[in-house]
Amino acid sequence: MSKSASFVTSIGQFKQGNPGKMLLTTLQTLLLPLVGLLLFLAVWNGVAKSIDTSLGQFPGPAQVWTQTLTLIDEHSAQREKAEAFYERQEQRNAARVAQDPTYEPKVRPFTGAPTFFDQIWTSLYTVMIGFLIASVIAVPVGIVCGLSKSAYTAINPLIQLFKPVSPLAWLPLVTMVVSALYVSDDPMFSKSFVTSAFTVSLCCLWPTLINTAVGVSNIEKDLVNVSRVLRLKPLTHLTKIVLPASIPMIFTGLRLSLGIGWMVLIAAEMLAQNPGLGKFVWDEFQNGSSESLARIMVAVLTIGAIGFVLDRLMLSLQRKVSWDKNSVLR
Amino acid sequence: MNALTPLRGLTHTAKTLASALVMSVTLTGVSASSLAADNNDWPEKEELKFGFIKLTDMAPLAIAYEKGFFEDEGLYVTLEAQANWKVLLDRVIDGELDGAHMLAGQPLGATIGFGTKAHIITAFSMDLNGNGITVSNEIWEQMKKNMPKEDGKPVHPVKADYLKPVVEKYREEGKAFKMGMVFPVSTHNYELRYWLAAGGIHPGYYAPHKGDTSGQIDAEALLSVTPPPQMPATMEAGTIHGYCVGEPWNQQAVFKGIGVPVITDYEIWKNNPEKVFGVSSEWAEKYPNTHIRVVKAMIRAAMWLDENNNANRPEAVKILAKSTYVGADEAVLANSMTGTFEYEKGDKREVPDFNVFFRYNATYPYYSDAIWYLTQMRRWGQIPEAKPDSWYINMAKEVYRPDIYAAAAKALIAEGKAKAEDFPDFDTETGFKPPQKEFIDEVTYDGTHPNAYLEKFGIGLKGDTVL
Repeated sequence: MSKSASFVTSIGQFKQGNPGKMLLTTLQTLLLPLVGLLLFLAVWNGVAKSIDTSLGQFPGPAQVWTQTLTLIDEHSAQREKAEAFYERQEQRNAARVAQDPTYEPKVRPFTGAPTFFDQIWTSLYTVMIGFLIASVIAVPVGIVCGLSKSAYTAINPLIQLFKPVSPLAWLPLVTMVVSALYVSDDPMFSKSFVTSAFTVSLCCLWPTLINTAVGVSNIEKDLVNVSRVLRLKPLTHLTKIVLPASIPMIFTGLRLSLGIGWMVLIAAEMLAQNPGLGKFVWDEFQNGSSESLARIMVAVLTIGAIGFVLDRLMLSLQRKVSWDKNSVLR
Repeated sequence: MNALTPLRGLTHTAKTLASALVMSVTLTGVSASSLAADNNDWPEKEELKFGFIKLTDMAPLAIAYEKGFFEDEGLYVTLEAQANWKVLLDRVIDGELDGAHMLAGQPLGATIGFGTKAHIITAFSMDLNGNGITVSNEIWEQMKKNMPKEDGKPVHPVKADYLKPVVEKYREEGKAFKMGMVFPVSTHNYELRYWLAAGGIHPGYYAPHKGDTSGQIDAEALLSVTPPPQMPATMEAGTIHGYCVGEPWNQQAVFKGIGVPVITDYEIWKNNPEKVFGVSSEWAEKYPNTHIRVVKAMIRAAMWLDENNNANRPEAVKILAKSTYVGADEAVLANSMTGTFEYEKGDKREVPDFNVFFRYNATYPYYSDAIWYLTQMRRWGQIPEAKPDSWYINMAKEVYRPDIYAAAAKALIAEGKAKAEDFPDFDTETGFKPPQKEFIDEVTYDGTHPNAYLEKFGIGLKGDTVL
């Protein structure tokens, strides 16, 4: 209680512009996380040394750093291979056209195994697409549910039924449905991508939907009354009153959804062996080499860092679109 | 005019040929011979994705990729590791994968409908031997007491007879004796069962017609499925007491000091066929030229692996150790790939033919190999009722396609990349190996008489027996 009180006063002084106190706060906000981080590294280092697995010692910060560098090296080596591949392909195509003039040469993408950084990109791309699909569905449905009590009552049982289902339980169904329905000779997206993206969508739906519905239905009565008095058209009512008022709740939902989507995607990739960071982790686990654990640890930290960055991005987006710039967001 | 047209045609062809020649000479980095293939058999599909499981016997795929043999055939192949054999098979069936490194029993099992039903064919056998049976340290200590020794080392091959008292002790104490294998229709399942049964330990029956696919009816040793890379961890956790798996997962147990390999499959059945390259029959019909070219590339890879008495194996080990292929430590991989096999720690013995990729016609898809797997499926109840000899032979011919192999081999011979004597004589080859005697229990196998072969076993279904 006293702590929070002092925190409030320090913010107050900060606003008043006391330079000494300001420096102290800046130091605190910068130093304290650093202290936490260093403490974590020290504990990690100490504990890692005392854990012996059948794949050797549990990796400490030093080994993880070495593996990070190795992964970067592997990435650049693979890029060089890719260049050589394209060069060879060009020559082959030219040779074939010379031999068979009807042939239309085509440049095929590099066939080498994806590196760690390729996998990061795949995962990010997948989660964003899955999240977008879910948001496009969940926000409008949520608004309808928030505006109309009867729509909410009709949809509520479905939400309650599907919300607690682990998206991984959907995975086999999604896989089979995608492979049955998504048939084309030259698909724009690979099946594995569609499967992963839909699994992510399925779990991103619920938090956004519920939060949007709650946000919309809890708009202040005054605002609704203003709209009535001004006799706003339904569309104007929506854009001028409903959306701005419920933006904070919608974004709370979206942030929750994105966080869950990111966690689920990694698990789904591990389970379904779809390309991405999850597959990287699984493959390394299967390799069982003496470096595997350190490489997995690199992936774990990367996953965490990306999850953190995604959340911050959503937060700054929320700040941008929110009409109340003074509300405390965290 | 009429006389001119063919002449003009001829000069045109000559010009094309000449320009092709000039092109292929001027282009560096592309072997000229790779362009010698006939214009008419260009691959129908050039971008392919093949699946594999992290085992050393996926080597032909990795080598064909890394050495550019696929590209020489105009194929742009992506190789992708799969989580387990079930996932791999399902993805070949639903078309996500164009083909895959498969257990020899998988195309057969799928075609006869044990498990997922789908018509899978194979035109290329990937290797001979390469598996081992490992038991945990605790079981090994107990087995060792029963074993005859020479110079302080146990006499090989180690028979399951020495395991029998251990299993009996477990049963008397009311404990289950459990072992792992990789898939119900895997080579490992049949090899483990063969070895156990040869030592008088009943490995249990399947009864798919009653819905029982656990394979543990009447079992003295309970066998269950574990994906290969998880075998050592599962045994370490005590969930299983031993397992039968491909490399490097037996050597891994030695390195980690958690178990002891007791026998290799070479000693259970000398030069047994092991993995195959499987594709769906639908795919093969749609892309016949592509299929032949894939087989060509893989034959070249297999030749490379066995060349000059395994001279390329150390390089192969380096490639396989990459984390995108097998990914295990080089030392572990080298242990089995370079002609030795470490049993008990320090007990390293020469097994030059532990991994065979090309010699002894290892890549040719023999009907008799397919029929051996079918007899074992019948023996353990996966085929629940009696089938006539003709059924076995027809099934083998539906799944194993030496005709495609022969087309690929002949193309390689024509291009000068292989010699005719490297292959069976395609004019006279029947697809049936002469009767083979080199089994651990010395029972002779003749592929032309599968039912008579089944009669020779003490443990196992035969004749009209239905569970």
